[in-house]
Amino acid sequence: MTKNEFAVIGRPLPKVDAWAKVVGETKYADDLFLPRMAYAKLLRSAHAHARIRSIDTSRARALPGVVAVVTADDLPRVKFGILPVSQDEEALCADKVRMVGDPVAAVAAVDEETAEQACRLIEVDYEPLPALMSIFDSLAHPEVMIHEYGDGPNVHKNVALQFGDVEAALEGADLVREDVFFFEGNNHLPMEQHAAVAHWARDGKLTLWSSTQTPHYVHRVLAKVLDTPAAHIRVIATPVGGGFGGKTDPFAHEIVACQLSKLTGRPVKIALTREEVFYTHRGRHPVLMWIRTGFTREGDITGCHLRTWLDGGAYGSYGVASTFYTGVINPVTYKIPVYKFEGARIFTNKPPCGPKRGHGTVQPRFALECQLDKAAEQLGLDPADMRRRIVAEPFTKTANHLTVTTIGLGECIDKVVEASGWRDKRARFGVSARQAPRRSPKKRGLGIACSAYLTGAGTAIYWNDMPHSGVIVRADRSGGVAVLCGATDIGQGSDSILAYLTAEVLGIEPKDVHVHPADTSLTPVDLGSYSSRVTLMCGMAAIQAAERLRDAIFKAVARKLEVSPAALVARERKVGVPDDWDKAVPFARAVELGEALHGVLAFPGSYAPPKRAGKYKGGGVGPSPCYSYSACVVELTVDEDTGTVELENVWIGHDIGRALNPLLVEGQVEGSVYMGIGEALMEEQVFRKNLHKHPSMLDYKSPTTLETPDIHTILVETDDPEGPFGAKEAGQGPLLPVIPAIANAIHHALGIRIDEVPITPDKILKALDLKRAGKPARVGPERLPLFTFKEPLVVESAFGQPAEAVVSRPFASDDKR
Amino acid sequence: MIRLPAFTYLAPTTVDGAARLMAEHGREAMLVAGGTDLYPNMKRRQFEPKVLVGLRGIPELRGIRGSAAGGFTIGAGTTLSAVAAHRDILRDFPALATAAGLVSSPQLRNMGTIGGNVCVDTRCNYYNQSYEWRKAIGFCMKKDGDICLVAPGSSRCWAVSSSDTAPVLWALGAKLRLVGAEGERTVPMAALYQDDGIDYLAKRPDEIVADLQLPPAEGWRSAYLKLRRRGSFDFPVLGVAVAARLEDDVVRDARIVLGAVASQPRPSEKAAAALVGQRVSPELIAHVADLAAGPAKPLDNTDFSHPYRKKVTRVFVARALAAVCGLGDSGVTSEEVA
Repeated sequence: MTKNEFAVIGRPLPKVDAWAKVVGETKYADDLFLPRMAYAKLLRSAHAHARIRSIDTSRARALPGVVAVVTADDLPRVKFGILPVSQDEEALCADKVRMVGDPVAAVAAVDEETAEQACRLIEVDYEPLPALMSIFDSLAHPEVMIHEYGDGPNVHKNVALQFGDVEAALEGADLVREDVFFFEGNNHLPMEQHAAVAHWARDGKLTLWSSTQTPHYVHRVLAKVLDTPAAHIRVIATPVGGGFGGKTDPFAHEIVACQLSKLTGRPVKIALTREEVFYTHRGRHPVLMWIRTGFTREGDITGCHLRTWLDGGAYGSYGVASTFYTGVINPVTYKIPVYKFEGARIFTNKPPCGPKRGHGTVQPRFALECQLDKAAEQLGLDPADMRRRIVAEPFTKTANHLTVTTIGLGECIDKVVEASGWRDKRARFGVSARQAPRRSPKKRGLGIACSAYLTGAGTAIYWNDMPHSGVIVRADRSGGVAVLCGATDIGQGSDSILAYLTAEVLGIEPKDVHVHPADTSLTPVDLGSYSSRVTLMCGMAAIQAAERLRDAIFKAVARKLEVSPAALVARERKVGVPDDWDKAVPFARAVELGEALHGVLAFPGSYAPPKRAGKYKGGGVGPSPCYSYSACVVELTVDEDTGTVELENVWIGHDIGRALNPLLVEGQVEGSVYMGIGEALMEEQVFRKNLHKHPSMLDYKSPTTLETPDIHTILVETDDPEGPFGAKEAGQGPLLPVIPAIANAIHHALGIRIDEVPITPDKILKALDLKRAGKPARVGPERLPLFTFKEPLVVESAFGQPAEAVVSRPFASDDKR
Repeated sequence: MIRLPAFTYLAPTTVDGAARLMAEHGREAMLVAGGTDLYPNMKRRQFEPKVLVGLRGIPELRGIRGSAAGGFTIGAGTTLSAVAAHRDILRDFPALATAAGLVSSPQLRNMGTIGGNVCVDTRCNYYNQSYEWRKAIGFCMKKDGDICLVAPGSSRCWAVSSSDTAPVLWALGAKLRLVGAEGERTVPMAALYQDDGIDYLAKRPDEIVADLQLPPAEGWRSAYLKLRRRGSFDFPVLGVAVAARLEDDVVRDARIVLGAVASQPRPSEKAAAALVGQRVSPELIAHVADLAAGPAKPLDNTDFSHPYRKKVTRVFVARALAAVCGLGDSGVTSEEVA
């Protein structure tokens, strides 16, 4: 099928919810007001690590306007967590707090002011414990245990995987580089703070409206921690004002709102402050990385050995997955014949880290791409040419047994090299090109980096054989079509994609399609808006459901027109035979015919990814139906007197498979570039005296539009056989290459290496001082933790093995129906 | 969200009336003009006034009057946007227009006033935090506590003067008219401040900054450079205001005032004196920049590391001087953003 055959796909349409968002009609969770609603606030720990001796809530209870006060004693003593292996969270801490910001009590009152005032009247008697604020602290003090579980004292997870003989491969290399990098933690900084409204009605049924990316997982956790049948709980996902991974866990505030509603008989709203969002966190892990890679003279990689240490914060969250993700996606980008990965996640007394856009892969991508740049320089190779040469082969397996389908990376590199004027500017800019004495302190540089990212996790968070995504498509006699799907639109445009795909299949306009928000009582399960899975998985399910509806309608119309159903097409809101279009039946009439023939026209679609998990322990993290690819060139200016970096241009080529709506894809790419710039140059979630240093949007520095350069997005279409109409992901992958491309461009401009992010002006001046003093012009981590990784699980490398394109997918055919 | 506590709002229509209300309510009262700094601070309980005396309804506080030859009078209630866009200010006192235009964001400049910016609270990242945060760390002497968290041995508060316009007005030789319950007085900018993070204003609480008086512009040139992380929102973590009067290439008069390096704007008199009578040259500028940056002692209580702020002080002074002296080839722009 060529592009021209599409009516909706490929058109730069506005999002279906664009008007509502722009004019303020969208109702976010904090916009919901129910009769008799009470307002809740959480009292949070002022200690980073302490035992709770007692809590006295009497003064808070006595305050006029307070309707309920709860502590851990008022909740079932059940721990929870997003991953079955890390059930370590409590909605309200019972015996111990593990970070400043841990919730210990909650108040519901007639208004927010009263609830806030009442929280200040609660007296908590703490017995302070030593606070462990870094990986080094936590490993140095095994006697201070933050949790009682894990792979060692304060070690949440310890993993080691080896694919092939890495040592032999490194011995045979012409160049072996060993480098150490650090990536500071940062927050998602969504515009909308988390908010929820709970209503435990008198019939004993609970409804929770929440700004969440994962209503299905929240539903499961509520049933568990509230000791209530899941069948009596309904979770409705409100429009999410930015997620980026920060609303992907079940949270204390959601559980507490439910319990307060149960106790008071009133609906209860809870809306976090910005400071609380920083404590709720689940943001980018700070990761220390050691990477050793062998190269041939020509620039081929002979083998790679990566070690990562993740600063996990106080709770598990997605941390086990995050740990794996720092290792397992790397071999997807370039040819890496043998690979070894060791990773450890360490508990510290800080807000828990979790999944942020690019989950776990952003940090090692920074390390790998900066190391490649150093290797290219040492080998006298152009960094773009070197990368072009080592791009992975499509339809093969990686060393760690991941199946890779289409790869548009080569084309992405070619296009950004051409568009940016790479060859000319690399020669003209840069520290080596300058012979003349200094005139201006502003130096220009150009850098490149590449990446790959998964289009949906291949396995669910809890083990099951059910679909990852379900869609019900229902046609009504008006000609409108309702799409019911458990996916949540977090601004990425998933509601729009569902409308486009359904409209495309049925030959109607997106405006005719009504996409309903995720509601566990009404919509089939979708696992959630994470891992860049929604367009592919919900999209495939929507196409299947819409095709079933179309088949039913065709059968009825065929009978009416006395033709074969195979002769019919649906387009322009009509169903008919192309050669006899005058007789085509309007879509609404076609629905009536269909309903007369079949009864109610409602059809399900289901999707589960192909089962491709590697046959080794840990092989479940990393597989994906397909992978997106990105290449990025950054042009910037650095002021060598102030260390200030000004970005001029970013060219980014992205292998999108197919752009279902190029406008939305470009929006995702631009958002990723913007977020990458913040992580590269400014953002840092750092602590001082056990407290978050700057939990506010003024003092936690994140770029504005004024810091955002011109972004030139180039979309490359590879029509992947796994994706809906060939589409792959766009929401996360394009962030990855931006950060190392900036670091590499700074090196090009000044001849210095900043091996840690954020790359702040003071680090640049420090490196320049080192350079002037004749010392290695590098600023980065100087030491690694003393830590023993476990004995690696040794598996043969699957590198280069041919991989099947579309294998049979569960639920793909109609046989099972 | 964080909520505002309850308070009484009084709305006098004259400056005298406002001063009387301030005297009447004493320590319980605070002045509010644009409220862009005051209200967020109240939400975080950095300020806990029971009474706010609002200045927005006082017509005499608004507007810019005067001429280049006779000097200008700027009503303290004039918005920062209005100052930044005023044609005469842009022409005759470009550093002031620049500084006013670099305060925070466009929305806040439309609300915030120049009087408010001149009197803006000193800042410290142990102090500009929520009540709960400050309680968790044990409070500091500026509010609710006894010690200084950035310099624990210190008997004084080291919060940082964070006005963009104050160092410029000082460098331009501006005066201000203070109206109090017991009369009014006109003083130089220097007399408004003292180097203490808590009592940074050397005026009586009932005294209201009514207007700012700029001297005749004759022959003076000025520049303001601001160090901050982003091109919008951020308070200065270094401000460099330079004003000079040149005859041919010879400096006849000069003032250099640094912002955000102490609890008040800090003049560099020694550095300015080293300029006077000299012919401008890159060497002279380098020498003067060293003199000006030498005494700056930033502490670790704002954005950026303090050694970095100290390093950049020298660079910014040199660039501001180069701009004023017409040697602007060193990458200087009127909107320096780091």
